[in-house]
Amino acid sequence: MSRRNAWSGMNAADITIDQVRAGALQLDDVRIHPDTLIAQADVAAEYGNQQLAENFLRAAELTALPDEQVMAIYEALRPHRSTAQELATIVNALKAAGAQRNAALVAEAAQIYAQRGLLRQD
Amino acid sequence: MTIGRYRFMNEQPVNLDGFAAVNPDLGLIAFNSPNDPAPGLDIDDGRVVFMDGKHQAQFDIVDEFIARHGLDLTVADEAMAIDDATYAHMLIDPGVSRAECVRLAGGMTPAKLAKALSVLRPAELVMAVTKCRARKTPSNQAHVTNRSDDPLLLAADAALAAAFGFREIETTVPVLGDAPSNAIAVSIGAAVGSPGVLVQCSVEEAMELEMGMRGLVSYAETVSLYGTEQIFIDGDDTPWSKAFLTSGYASRGIKMRVTSGGGAEALMGAAEGCSMFYLEARCVALARAIGSQGVQNGGIDSASVAGSVPGGAKAMMAENLMVMLRALESCTGNDALMSESDVRRTSRTHPIFIAGTDFICSGFGSIQRYDNMFGPSQWNAEDLDDYLAMQRDWGVDGGLRTPDEHEVARLRERAAHAVRDVYAILGLADFTDQWLAQAIDAAGSKDVPDADLMTPLTASRLIRDTKVTMLDVIAALDEAGYDIEAQRMLDMLIARVSGDYLQTSAIFDESMHVLSAITDPNDYAGPGTGYSPSLQRQVQIDAIRQQQSVLDISARQLQHANSRLSVIGPAQRSDDPRDVVIGVSPATGQAIWQTLCGLGVDQGLDELLAGLEEEGCVGRIVRFTDTIDLGLIGLQAARMSGSGIGIGLQAKGTALIHRRDLSPLANLELYSVAPSLDRAAYRQLGLNAGRHAKGATPQPQRNPYSDEAIEARYHTKVVALVAIERQFVDGSSPQQLELDQP
Repeated sequence: MSRRNAWSGMNAADITIDQVRAGALQLDDVRIHPDTLIAQADVAAEYGNQQLAENFLRAAELTALPDEQVMAIYEALRPHRSTAQELATIVNALKAAGAQRNAALVAEAAQIYAQRGLLRQD
Repeated sequence: MTIGRYRFMNEQPVNLDGFAAVNPDLGLIAFNSPNDPAPGLDIDDGRVVFMDGKHQAQFDIVDEFIARHGLDLTVADEAMAIDDATYAHMLIDPGVSRAECVRLAGGMTPAKLAKALSVLRPAELVMAVTKCRARKTPSNQAHVTNRSDDPLLLAADAALAAAFGFREIETTVPVLGDAPSNAIAVSIGAAVGSPGVLVQCSVEEAMELEMGMRGLVSYAETVSLYGTEQIFIDGDDTPWSKAFLTSGYASRGIKMRVTSGGGAEALMGAAEGCSMFYLEARCVALARAIGSQGVQNGGIDSASVAGSVPGGAKAMMAENLMVMLRALESCTGNDALMSESDVRRTSRTHPIFIAGTDFICSGFGSIQRYDNMFGPSQWNAEDLDDYLAMQRDWGVDGGLRTPDEHEVARLRERAAHAVRDVYAILGLADFTDQWLAQAIDAAGSKDVPDADLMTPLTASRLIRDTKVTMLDVIAALDEAGYDIEAQRMLDMLIARVSGDYLQTSAIFDESMHVLSAITDPNDYAGPGTGYSPSLQRQVQIDAIRQQQSVLDISARQLQHANSRLSVIGPAQRSDDPRDVVIGVSPATGQAIWQTLCGLGVDQGLDELLAGLEEEGCVGRIVRFTDTIDLGLIGLQAARMSGSGIGIGLQAKGTALIHRRDLSPLANLELYSVAPSLDRAAYRQLGLNAGRHAKGATPQPQRNPYSDEAIEARYHTKVVALVAIERQFVDGSSPQQLELDQP
C-alpha cells in the first residue's frame, strides 16, 4: 500500500518512539484513514472478494464515527433491542454522516427485523 | 458378567468419550441429513427468489443475508449446474487452479457446496486443503491463559508461546473484569518473545471491540455465527449486527475473523433436523456475505459433539475446506479437546496438520490443560514436544519451532519483569519479588501460590477508569528501558494505519512483513510446487532439543570413564575345566563405560565374575577386536575357555552364554533387552554360565519385556554405540584384561 497516512494526517513512516516518549502521539495517529480502507477495498475486489471490499467500504464510512457511536449502533442492531423508529433514526444519522452503505445496511436490517419479529416491542 | 478382555478394554480412555447414534431430528448427523434441503437457486431480475428449498418469503435471517449478499450471481448458473463429483474432482486435480475452484464456489448455495464436498474422501480432503488454503505459509495460534489471570505468568507464558513460533495468541478470562489487564500482559509478553505476534482477548463482543479500539488487542476472533435463526438470536446477534461489527473492527484497522463450527446448533437444541455440515455451510456462506476475511471453524466449542457422530472428524475438516473455497482465512479448529483419547485427538488433527492451513490450531493450549480458561485444548503444553516431534517426523511445517531453553528462560524473566515495571509505572499494581520469581519459573499457575487474585481486577478497573491505551503502555515500557519491546508494540499499532493485515489470512513474519492471501498466495499446483520450508525453517523443524549425535553419546560415555580394566597381554586358551571366558566387545573399557540400563560395564563384569565364582568357576575377561557381533564374541570366548562355556558381553549391556561346539547364532542363553537388565540379572547370568560349565541345570530367566517402547527409547543410542564399537575393530588378536577392585 502506498498510502500510509493515519486518521490524523500523520504519515505512519514518521511515527517514532520518541514521540511516544514525549507524549506527542495520540491514538488518532495510529488510526486507519478512510482512504486507506477504500484502497484496501480495491485490493480485495481485485482479488475477487467483493464482500470483503464492501466491508472495507462500510468501515471507511465508520472511521468518522466516534467509538461510542459505533458500539451503540452495534448494540442497537442486536435482536429485540430497537424499535422500527429507533432504527430509522440511526439510518438518518448515518446518512447525515455520509455513511450511505451503513445506512443501507441498517435500513435493510429494519425491514428484515420487522418481517422476522426481531424489533423491540414497546 | 463382562469377560476380562472387555473389562480391560472398557478401562481405556477412549471409552470416556461419548458416541452418539445418528439422530437427524436432533441434528446428530455429520453429512446429508434427510432433512437437508436439495440444492437450488432461482434468480429473478438479479435477486435470489428461491434458495435451497425455500422461496424468498420463507427465508429466515441467515438465508436472507446470504441471498442478498453472499453469492456471486454471475457464476451461479454455471456453478449450480456442475455435477457434485465433477466439482470434487476439480478440487483435487492439481491441473485445476485454486482460483477456479474458488470462482465456482462463489456461485454455489450452502446446500450445493455441502453436497459437493461430502463426496470427498479423507485423503482427498488433505489434497484439497493443500491446494485451496489461502496463504502459502502455514502458521499456528496459541491460547495463553491461567486460572488466576496472573499478569506476570501471562506475560512469561506469552513470551514462551512466541518463542515457540505461534504467530497469534488468544487469551481470555475466568473473570470478565480482568480482560484489559490480561490483554496488556499478554501483549507485552508476546512482544518480548517475538516481533509481530497478533494478540486477542476473547470476551463478550462489545467489550472486545472496545479493547480493540483502545489498541489493547490487535485482532478479534470471538464473533460467532450460527446456522439457524433460533440459535443466532439466542446468541444475541443477527447477521446484520455481525456485519456491522465486522466493519466496526475494520474501521479501526483491526483484523477480525468470525467463529462457527459444526455441532453448535445440535448442542443448543435447534438444528432443525439438518446435518452439521449443511448448517456449517450456511455459517461459512454467511461469513463471506458479511465481509469477514476469515473463519475459525471445525467444531470449535462443539468439537466433541461433531466428533461423537459417524464421519464427524471428516466433517470438521471439510468445514475448513469450505472456508478456503469461499476464499477466506481458515483457522482450522483443533481447539477444544474432542476426546480423552490421545489416539483419537491425534487422528482428528493429523490430516489437517500434514495438509497445512492458515492456522493449524485455532487455539493450541501453550499452557497446561488446567490453566486453559477456554477448557483444555486439543493440543496443550503437555503435547508441545509431541507436536514438534510430529513436525520433524513428517518434515511438515506446523508453525512451531524449538527455541533454545536458556533463551526461553531469559524471555520469561524479561517478560515478567517488563509487566511488573509497566504496571508500577502506570500505577496499576505492585508485585512482590517472590511472586515474580515464581511466575518466571512456573510450569503453570499452581506453581505461583503468591499470585493475588485481586491484582488483575484492580489493575483492569484502573485501566478502564483512567482510559489507559496501548500508547501509555508503550511509553511505560520505554521508560522502564524495554526499548526493543516498546518499538515492537508500536510497530503493531502502526500496522493498523496501512491496513494490509486486514486482508485475507494476514499474519506478520518476524520482520513485520505481512504474509497474506495477497502477499503470500498459496500457489500449490502439484508435487514440487506450493509451500516448502526454507532451509533455515527446515532446520528449526528438524533440530528438536532431544536429538543426539554419536558425538553427544560419546561425550556422555566419557563421563563414566574409569581405569578399572587394564590389558594384561595376549589371551591364551586354557585347559582348566573351571575356566569360563567372558568375551567383551571392542570398545569395552576404551570408549563405552556404561550399559543401556545405566550400570557401569565394570559393575556388570563384577556380577558376572561373582556369579561364576559362586558356582566354583573362574572368570577371565578377554576383549575381542575382530568383530562386534555378540554371537561370535561369545563363541570365540567359549572356544578359548577351558570349560568350553563362554559369556559374550557387548559394552552396551547385551549378553549371552555360548558353548564351543555351537554355531555362532545358536547360543545357550540370550539377555537381549539390555536396558531392562540390572545387577541381579548379570549375577544370574554368571551363575548360569557356571552351571553350564559344570553340567548342572541353570535357572531359567523370564524375558524382561514390558509395555515400554524400549526400542523407541534406546535404538538411537544403540546405533551410535554400535558405530563406536566399530571404530575399535582392528583385527588384532584378543587380549586378556584385568578388572581392578573398585
